[in-house]
Amino acid sequence: MKPVAMRYIDEFRDLERAQQLTAAIAAEVEPGRRYRLMEFCGGHTHAIFRYGLADLLPAAIELIHGPGCPVCVLPMARIDHAIALAEQPNTILCSYGDMLRVPGSERRSLLHARAAGADVRLIHRVDETLQIARDHPEREVILFAIGFETTTPPTAVALQRAAAEQLPNWSLFCNHLLTPAAIRAILEAPEAQQPGGVAIDGILGPSHVSTIIGSRPYEFLAATYRLPVVIAGFEPLDILLSIRQLVAQLNSGRAVVENQYQRAVSRDGNRRAQQLMADHFTLRDRFEWRGLGWLPQSALAIHPNYQQFDAEQRFSIAVARRDEVKGCECPAILRGVKKPTDCRLFGRGCTPDQPLGACMVSAEGACAAYWHYGRFRQRPVGESVA
Amino acid sequence: MCLAIPAQVVAIDATGSEATVAVGGVQQQVSLALIDEVAMGDYLLIHVGYALNRIDPVAAEQTLALFAQMAALDSGATPPTDSDHLTGEGAA
Repeated sequence: MKPVAMRYIDEFRDLERAQQLTAAIAAEVEPGRRYRLMEFCGGHTHAIFRYGLADLLPAAIELIHGPGCPVCVLPMARIDHAIALAEQPNTILCSYGDMLRVPGSERRSLLHARAAGADVRLIHRVDETLQIARDHPEREVILFAIGFETTTPPTAVALQRAAAEQLPNWSLFCNHLLTPAAIRAILEAPEAQQPGGVAIDGILGPSHVSTIIGSRPYEFLAATYRLPVVIAGFEPLDILLSIRQLVAQLNSGRAVVENQYQRAVSRDGNRRAQQLMADHFTLRDRFEWRGLGWLPQSALAIHPNYQQFDAEQRFSIAVARRDEVKGCECPAILRGVKKPTDCRLFGRGCTPDQPLGACMVSAEGACAAYWHYGRFRQRPVGESVA
Repeated sequence: MCLAIPAQVVAIDATGSEATVAVGGVQQQVSLALIDEVAMGDYLLIHVGYALNRIDPVAAEQTLALFAQMAALDSGATPPTDSDHLTGEGAA
């Protein structure tokens, strides 16, 4: 059967165009120069591996994988907190698929809690949790919400509806994170200042986060850090064109924010979605990120106007501090300091079927990308074929 | 988590708050709570059952035209610039 054409997808996966782009990049890189480019999003990391872009690019282009995987950066304590919420009597805890598989302490995930009797449900859309709450007025229904700015507006809509309906048995365990804060943290990390540390020459900026927040919030990267940024779509031609634009900026000594993903991203973003977020959430003073530590003003909490829907306030849960799995390099991988293949657990005890670390779980995690698409590669990323 | 796909509006419900979109022969019901003024035939970027934004067909054509233009030139040609969309304070 002939596959059905997918507009705005197929055109951006054209092989011939990809070859032309990589040839152009190869011709434009300056001899002897390295271009260390961080793709912030796990979606980019996966596209780079899935389409073999790393193998098509010249050796001068080194791709550093960023922490843009909300499942990966959520610390173990938050997973344990969610499991404890789910294990309360008379409770239904709902979340998106990936979140159910991430191991907390003692390698227990929400799926393990479900196997042991907790009512944990996989949702595809936040609205489902409202219906579950209406259908089960006698039970507490908790939405375990995670994600960057892409995923936050739908959660805001759910909170708005729950408040409008005064749903007494619906609450939100809020784990929404802010992208610009994480980029700043990587640039300010101690390793970044050291010789041989995670020096970055340019950034492939987030695609779908930027559809919401726009390209303006990245302008400090160009202004303060003199880093070129290109907001890049997730399709392979988008990524290659963005890399070419970064190379052009670096060659000419410019540092500006360019927007390659013009078909979906504007400078100002989606104002309606931003307003919904501003109305329903407030900045946390700080939040812990796996691998990056406690980052100031890097996550959202529920706005005081809606605090009766805050699962952190409604249920008192004490979570003990636990260490990460011994040997798991997730934290260093999330900072871009190590590659998945540097981890001694990679493929030995840690696989997508039995993940030990969060980077192996998610469809955006760097370890999962290496496992699915890169584990039989003969040479490390960025080394040339010739 | 941040994956989103472009899909075409094939039906809009009476309230205007939900639409049916299609991509690759698959249909899905999505919320229009985050965007204004959706029309039949629009392409929307769908994420966790919500339309995040409309795909701008003109901007998409411009990006595709860049690829076509590149194919017509030698690989040593001047790289594309994006002067209409340059932002930021750091330009040298």
